[in-house]
This record gives sequence, C-alpha cells and structure tokens, in this order.
Amino acid sequence: MKNVKKNYNLILGGAITAVMLLLILTGFFWTPYDPEIMEAVNKFAGISLAHPLGCDNFGRDILSRVMKGAGTTFLVALGTVLIGTVFGVLIGAFTGYFGGTIDEILMRIIDAVFAFPSILLALVFISLLGTGTYQVVIALGIAFIPSFSRIVRSEFLKYKNMDYVKNARLQGASHLRIMFVHILPNTVSVLLSSIMIGFNNAVLAEAGMSFLGIGVQPPAPSLGRMLSEAQSFLFRVPNYALGPGCAIILMVLGFSLLSDGLKKE
Amino acid sequence: MAEPLLLEVKDLNIEFHDHLIPETVVYDFDLELKAGEIVGLVGESGSGKSMSALAIAGLLSRRDMHKRGQILFDGLDLLTCERSKLRKIQGNEISMIFQEPMTSLNPVKRIGWQIEESLRIHTELNKEERYQKAIEMMKEVELPDPERLYRQYPHELSGGMRQRVMIAAAMICNPRILIADEPTTALDVTIQAQIVELLKRMNREKQTSILFISHDLSLVKQLCERVLVMKGGYIVETGPTQEVFAHPEEEYTQRLIAAIPKVERNGK
Repeated sequence: MKNVKKNYNLILGGAITAVMLLLILTGFFWTPYDPEIMEAVNKFAGISLAHPLGCDNFGRDILSRVMKGAGTTFLVALGTVLIGTVFGVLIGAFTGYFGGTIDEILMRIIDAVFAFPSILLALVFISLLGTGTYQVVIALGIAFIPSFSRIVRSEFLKYKNMDYVKNARLQGASHLRIMFVHILPNTVSVLLSSIMIGFNNAVLAEAGMSFLGIGVQPPAPSLGRMLSEAQSFLFRVPNYALGPGCAIILMVLGFSLLSDGLKKE
Repeated sequence: MAEPLLLEVKDLNIEFHDHLIPETVVYDFDLELKAGEIVGLVGESGSGKSMSALAIAGLLSRRDMHKRGQILFDGLDLLTCERSKLRKIQGNEISMIFQEPMTSLNPVKRIGWQIEESLRIHTELNKEERYQKAIEMMKEVELPDPERLYRQYPHELSGGMRQRVMIAAAMICNPRILIADEPTTALDVTIQAQIVELLKRMNREKQTSILFISHDLSLVKQLCERVLVMKGGYIVETGPTQEVFAHPEEEYTQRLIAAIPKVERNGK
C-alpha cells in the first residue's frame, strides 16, 4: 500500500501556473480594454470593478497591460529556452561524447560566453542586432546556451561509458544513433529539470532587460517596463507596480513549485 | 579436407597509448576459428583475454590503442578496414555478449525494442516483421511469456532473464560468430548451467561459432572443443580441450586445472 502524501508543491504550483497560463492565453485574443488606449479621465484610477488593477499614469488599464505583457514575457522565455536547449543539447552531446580537440575548443568558447553576466551579454548582442522582441530572444538564447551545454555534456560523459552503450556499438549502431537514440533519453529527467529552471531565469532576465530599457520596446507592453515606469509613482499609486510585479512573482513561483512537485513524482 | 577459416587472428599485439609509457596488454595473439566451432579462452583477470575479444569485435578505440597484426574475418582485415564495413559486420555477423547483465541493458528502453535493435540497424524489416522475429527469438532462448516481456523494462527482470535477453539480442541477426565474454560469471550456478546449455543449442542449431571467454574452467570443459590459455597477455598453451585438461604441458595450466573446486559426492 503506497503511502500517498499530498504533493502540495505540485498542487499549488499547478494551480498558480494554470491561472497564469489562462490569463496569458486569454490575453492573446482578448483583453478587457485595449492596452494602448489612453484615457486621461482614468489617470491613476484606483482598483474598481471596471478596472480590477486600476489604471496607469496614461489612463491605460493595468490588467490588460499585465495580460499582454505577461504573454510577451512568456513567449520570450519560451523562445530563449528553446534556443538554449536545442543548441545546448547539440553542443553538449558532441563534446561529451567525442571529447578530444573539438571538446576542448568548444568548451573554451562556452566558458568565455559563460563568464559574462547574461544581461551584459544580452546588451552586447542588442547593440549589435538592435532592439526588438526577436533580438531579445536571440540574445538571451545565446546567453543561456553555455549552462545547458555544460549540463548535457556532463550527462553524456557519464553515459558514454555505460555497458549498454558499448553494446549498441557492438550491434553496429552509428555514433549519431547512439548519441540521440540510446543516450539522450537517459538524460531527459535532468534536462527537463534544467529547462524549468532556465524558463524561470529567462522570465526574470526578460523582465530585467525591459526594466533597463533594452528589452521589448514600446508600444508593446512589457512587465519589466511597466515596473520601470511605476518607480516614480510607487507610493502614490502602488497598484501600478503591484500589478506587473505580482504577475512576475506568480509566474516564477508557480513554475518553480510545479517543477519541484514534478521532481518528486 | 581443409575447411575455410571463418576467423583468423595473426600476431595480434595490443598496446595502450593513453598514458606516457605505452603498455602492451596482448602479445602475439593467434587464433583460428572454423564455422560451428566452440573455442574457449581462459585465464585470470588481466591476462588479456577480454582485450583480445574486444579487438575481434571491433570495439577498441583506434585512437588510444595501437594494434599490430591482422584479424581476418572472411578475408577482410577488421583492424584496417573502413569503419562503415566494420559496422556492417558488428551485430550482424559478429556479436558479443558481456558479463554484467545488470548494466548491459538500456534502462529507459523496453526489452523488445532492445532485442530488435540489430534488426533495425542492419535490415529493412518493418515494425511487424521485427516484432515477429523478436518474439520468435525470445522463445528460442526460453524466455517465458515473450509477448508480455516484450513490453517490459530491464529493471523488471532477473539477472538470468536479462542474460537470455542479451543472447536473444546478439543472436537475432544470426551472426556467424558469437563472442561470449564471461557470460555466466555474474549469475548463480544453476542459471550458469542453463546458459551454457542454451549456448550449446545455438551452436548446434544455427552453426554459430562461439568464442567463450571465462576464468571458470569447469564450464569451459563442458562447452568448448578447443581452448587457449592466456597469462599476462601471452597465450601459454592451446589445444583440444580434452587434451589440455588431461595432459596440461605448462605449469600454469596445471595449476589452473588443479584449482578447479571438486564437488565431493557421497554414495553415488
């Protein structure tokens, strides 16, 4: 008889993530108000039924902006993790499995990239590529490749000497087949874990970049930039900052709890 | 009538080059294997028997180890041929099974999938055909309830069953040579006997030559027609099993044979 304990992390994390995802998905198609419409009469309107999170200094509905902004953040984080994972897995697999000169060269390059704080690195890329949502995704994606590739590399180093890998070689499997059909499935749990952590970091990185002004550009709404704008009004109109702030916190919290809960399973 | 040799190993020397000082582990190794023969390779740990076997199976990294000599399979030198040719032979014409059944199977793949892997690599059979062959092979190695076993994972099987799975996977392409590197060492005695019987049957029914590597001389005596004794990388004695066991020439062989534990029987 299994001792089934309630996995609170999973339940709570799942609930928060589900709510946020619902808000984000809805935001792609519909928001209570157009996030860009400015109505001077609503300037700094407080929390009300009409405007559940109030309005900002331009009279724009904060809830609508948060929904759209969260959507942008989510997509950027997704794109970042996708780039980081795909290239990280490729680099990690080849360097871990083959070793030798290619390993040395690639790993030193990766080390160099890794030495830069990610936001600084993103800044460099933005200055080369220009600002804009796609550029942010590419910049952050590249900044995330080193950590993924290191993790995958260490996994491959571990697995390439396993007896069943030797067995696969003996059966005549090619190196590519061994890497991606025999070894990679064994690394899935570690990879999944890293992807979830990576997603959270990407959310925070995107918000940070937008906060500094080098992320997603106006008029596209962005949680980070809303926070930046709200700085001046922090004590007069706290809900201006609370809206996007809570959105960021809930996204990261929900996902963290969810991934912890899944790890236990 | 001279039978053509299936496998001919001539002057095989294996040297490790991954440290500063090169280390030779196998010296002047010669081996002849005819179709359908069972040859034993015995020696203590470190005698070089596994290395020689790995070299024949084409598993030694060409980078870290220097090999001299020839390994002729059907006339093709496995040491110098193209990798692609070698890969076509591995799993298909020359197969190998190892000592540790507990680690020889991929934990995240089902049993059926692993048995079929050689078919997937070497043949153009479709999914249904591969399934049929896998089930058939599982029955031949006397695995119970093959349809159910097909879908299970390695951790759900015992050591003896896993070793049978290994044999099934190795035999599925009907290889002409099966190299068995201490296949029974990690198993308990009753299962050992069954595995040896299974190998004998494979040899009889499919004419598969077997290179049986072991430090267990009593098993070698039961199974092998000829035997090579290795020590410190050298072959110290070779000949028909009966001969070598009855009249061992070298002192080392004599001591090995003397070390076989004898079971005392009361009465019978």
